[in-house]
Amino acid sequence: MDKIKSLEDLKRVREEALKKREAKIVTGQKQIIVGMGTVGIAAGARETLKAILDFIEKENLSDIVVRQTGNIGLDSWEPIVQVIIGDEPPVTYGKVTPDVACRIMKEHVMNHTVVKEYKIET
Amino acid sequence: MRELALHLLDIAENSVSARAKNITIEVIEDTRTDRLRMSVIDDGCGMDADTVAKIADPFVTSRTTRKVGLGIPLLKAAAEACNGFLHIQSAPNLGTRVDVEFQRSHIDRMPLGDLAGTFLGLLIGSPEVHWIFRYRIDDRQFEFDDAPIKQELEGILLSEPEVLKFLRNTLESGIQEVQSASRRL
Repeated sequence: MDKIKSLEDLKRVREEALKKREAKIVTGQKQIIVGMGTVGIAAGARETLKAILDFIEKENLSDIVVRQTGNIGLDSWEPIVQVIIGDEPPVTYGKVTPDVACRIMKEHVMNHTVVKEYKIET
Repeated sequence: MRELALHLLDIAENSVSARAKNITIEVIEDTRTDRLRMSVIDDGCGMDADTVAKIADPFVTSRTTRKVGLGIPLLKAAAEACNGFLHIQSAPNLGTRVDVEFQRSHIDRMPLGDLAGTFLGLLIGSPEVHWIFRYRIDDRQFEFDDAPIKQELEGILLSEPEVLKFLRNTLESGIQEVQSASRRL
C-alpha cells in the first residue's frame, strides 16, 4: 500500500466526517453488537456484520458504534445481534441473516421500531 | 466453516478474548514450496503448558457457557488432512502464537475465502486492539497496520461511512493486488 497517499486520503476522510458530525444534531448514541464466538462465526456472523457495515456505508449513517463480542451462550440463536439506542434497554435479536440485519438497521436503528419476529426475550 | 478466512477470524477472536493489545495476522502462500501458512500472534494473557497440550482436544475449553470448544480442533484436523499441522506456542502473561500450515495445492485444502471481510470485521469490531495484517504470495506482500490510521483519525469512529469505505477499499485492493500479481506469473 502506498502509505503516504493513503494517509492523505485519510485526512480528507476525517475532515468530511467532522463536517458531518458538526452539521448533525446529537441524538442518543447507537450501538450494534455482533456475537463473534466460534458458533456465531460458523452460523454466518461475519456476513451479518458485513451487511451492517455495508448498510452504514450505503445509507451514509453517522455516529453508530459497531462492536463484536465473544460467545454469549445462546448458540441455537446465532448469529446474534444486540442493538442499544441511547438509554433504552438493549434489544437482542437471534438468527440474524444479512437480510434480517438490513431490516433491523432500517426499522430499529433508523426508525426506532423493534423488529419483533427476531427479538429474543432474555 | 468452509473458508480459511473464517477460521482465521475464529482464532483472532480467541486473541481478543485473551485481552491482547497487539495482534498480528499473517497469511503466507509460497507457490515454490507449495505451502500455505496462517499465523495469529498476540500479547494476550496466554496459557500454561497443560492447557496448550490439551487444546486440540474438543472437550477442553476455557468457556463457561458451554463445555465443548471446537474451533481449534477442527482447524487442526483440516490442516493435518492436507499434509500440514497446527502448532500453538503460549506462555502465561506473554501471549500466544498459533501457526497453521497446509499443502497449498492439496485437493482438500479449504479456499482462503473472504480475507478482506475477516480483516475488516476484526478492525471494526475490536477497535481497542492494534492490528497488523500481512498477506503474501511469494515475493508480493500487502501489509496493513492500523496504528497510523487511528492516529490520523484522532477518535473519529472507524464505523463512520467515509472511514468504512476507505478501510474496505484499502483492504480489498491490497489483497487483490497480491493475488493478481501472482496469477500473472
